[in-house]
Amino acid sequence: MEITSQLDETFRTAKVSFGGILKEINLYMTPDAHVGDFVLVHVGVAISKVDEEEAAKIFSYLKEMGEVEELNS
Amino acid sequence: MNEKIKVELQCPMPKFDFDVITMGHGSGGLLTHRLLKSGVFDILKNEWLDQQHDGAILNIQGKIAFSTDSYVVSPIFFPGGNIGDLAINGTVNDLAMCGANAEFLSLSFIIEEGLLMEELWQILYTIKKAADKAGIVVVTGDTKVVEKGKGDKIFINTSGIGHLHPKANIHHNRIEEGDVIIVSGNIASHGIAIMSVREGLEFETTIVTDSIPLNHMITSLLENFGENIKFLRDATRGGIASVMNEVAEITSLGIYLDQKQIPIEEQVDGACEMLGLDPLYVANEGVFICIINAESASEALNLLKGEKECKNASIIGHVTSENKGKVIMKSKVGGTRMVNFLPGEQLPRIC
Amino acid sequence: MKYLSEYRDPALVEDFLNEIHKITTQPWTLMEICGGQTHSLVKNGIPALLPDKITLVHGPGCPVCVTSISIIDEAIYLAQQPDTILCSFGDMLRVPGSQKSLLEVKAQGADVRILYSPLEAVKLAKENPNKQVVFFAVGFETTAPANALSVVLAAQSALENYSILASHVLVPPAMEAILSDESNTIDAFLAAGHVCTIMGLDEYYPIAQQYKCPVVVTGFEPVDLLQGILMAINQLEKGEFKVENQYARSVMPEGNLIAQKTIHQVFEVNDRVWRGIGNIPQSGYDVKNEFKKYNARYKFNIDIIAAEENKECISGDIMKGLKKPKQCPNFGTKCTPEHPLGAPMVSSEGACAAYYHYAEN
Repeated sequence: MEITSQLDETFRTAKVSFGGILKEINLYMTPDAHVGDFVLVHVGVAISKVDEEEAAKIFSYLKEMGEVEELNS
Repeated sequence: MNEKIKVELQCPMPKFDFDVITMGHGSGGLLTHRLLKSGVFDILKNEWLDQQHDGAILNIQGKIAFSTDSYVVSPIFFPGGNIGDLAINGTVNDLAMCGANAEFLSLSFIIEEGLLMEELWQILYTIKKAADKAGIVVVTGDTKVVEKGKGDKIFINTSGIGHLHPKANIHHNRIEEGDVIIVSGNIASHGIAIMSVREGLEFETTIVTDSIPLNHMITSLLENFGENIKFLRDATRGGIASVMNEVAEITSLGIYLDQKQIPIEEQVDGACEMLGLDPLYVANEGVFICIINAESASEALNLLKGEKECKNASIIGHVTSENKGKVIMKSKVGGTRMVNFLPGEQLPRIC
Repeated sequence: MKYLSEYRDPALVEDFLNEIHKITTQPWTLMEICGGQTHSLVKNGIPALLPDKITLVHGPGCPVCVTSISIIDEAIYLAQQPDTILCSFGDMLRVPGSQKSLLEVKAQGADVRILYSPLEAVKLAKENPNKQVVFFAVGFETTAPANALSVVLAAQSALENYSILASHVLVPPAMEAILSDESNTIDAFLAAGHVCTIMGLDEYYPIAQQYKCPVVVTGFEPVDLLQGILMAINQLEKGEFKVENQYARSVMPEGNLIAQKTIHQVFEVNDRVWRGIGNIPQSGYDVKNEFKKYNARYKFNIDIIAAEENKECISGDIMKGLKKPKQCPNFGTKCTPEHPLGAPMVSSEGACAAYYHYAEN
């Protein structure tokens, strides 16, 4: 879910877009999340900020595995 | 918690000397007379209603289809329409699914005391517009008023008749292995439009109901494909999954669906995801399933896609002799799953 | 949708499946902990696409399913009190207590509201000062921070009419209970991605070591699940038993420290009865004494008779991975979502429900 606009800095709530649906979410537990970031939301509270670098790794995982195997064989 | 949708009058309301409907308006006495004479129902003027008879006299020859439906949707106003649209389009579509073109409708209201005149007027205006678009006439009607708390703003019943298309031969026992299943448009939009008001969801682009009259489209299909069309059903409560299960059960054949081919608007898909709803079970209003023989399928699809309202039509599966009585779907990632009947109420009072 | 659709890419799914088929040489039994993972697997038809040598069993990761029957009765009791609004996640409504479910009680006139978040319940309490608002706080560690935060916010606003009925359960003790059961057949775990987002990875190292069991923290989308399965099989084939993190885009090794702090501010660890399984020591959260004003059990004198489970429901065996839902004699006959004998058939994360709705015969 993408944070689209900060509503309230004091209470750390923000409007978060989930594929086009906007919902007000509490950001108390993700102080480092800002507009434009992606967060994982559970029952109205953001519980983590998506690490974009890690997120991309999954797509090269198999290739890397293949390379490691080649090295070992 | 739900924000009330402010009624925007699309047609200026004449001045009435009452703001709300009261018990007196339904009593049959002076106030009822005033209501009828006030011009509230002038908006539906035609030669039958003008007679103010207890019933309408119609001159009908030939095979006709007859259908009835009641509308209890809550909220009564929702993005893209109101209960008036559903009341007309719903019955027009039920007749269309029988292969008939709706001609005459009855219209009855059960109004809860306290309904604003403004709201009734807007609903009536919507009914008029929907009737004109569908090409039907409301020829007889009734109005009752119940005490506050004994209704929910307004309930509507419409019953309709129309001639059967001469080429129509629609019956589930004509469905055979190999027949192709077409859906006429994006699914789940109506249900989500309703939910968006109930749940107070905000969307970047408002999701609107898909309520439309389908009779013209069906007439065109029947004209071109006649007997090749085995079965038609609109996917209202319970969504397309319910229609598919009904077909599988009653024919004792199997249904195979391909999730990749099922059309759905991205925002609607996201809303379903967020609300924990399976779009296959979410209500539609102006979407129908057509089961047609394989040879005519792609031509029929092209005909549908040529119409603005059915431009997202898609072939979603076929009838099979495997897994008799069941509906199986291939998921987007390649595995298969069952699509059962929906247990209980996913979304109450959706139409 | 970004960070969602990519993990459903059919081509990537196929690549992972091919790799899994390539490296699997022996039979292995994997358990995915979380009900959400179970549903995702069965809904996408993944178990049938895996090599026959891999058996997937489904764990007790459905907080609704493991909430004891007495706690449901407590919620029903509260819902029936005058001027009381009982708020709950939608899932809990259909689960049968000893006599009825919350849905039936709602139909009979009790004020039971389905909410998306406990924070909405706090708002409801502020808007209805003349009513008592109780939030049915069910969940694993994932939901605990939100429930705890609701108590913190209620305390900050000095609300007198808000409380929670706590029914939290913890994953690591459940894993130990399963692994230490003498009929255990689990070779590796796919741990719950969202739980670990909160709690981090620390608790799983001792488990992996003691039971020589790989633990792979896994997400929920098809690609996540397959990568998690691949990582687990890879370890098993090599004889390794490490803790690995497949869901690294959301899970930090230390977890979410603010969330943990909030949990420990409001809750303390206690023993807990898991429906179908029995008592697991130190496996639940209860509200701490300093927040007792917000603890529904302290606030209300809940008068109920301790109830017994329906003896025909084998949910315990299913949640420990000893049996599959279709092995239950009542599956689909006496026990269906419309008239369930137990919770797993009704909950959106229940294994029995997943099989009933999605699995082919």
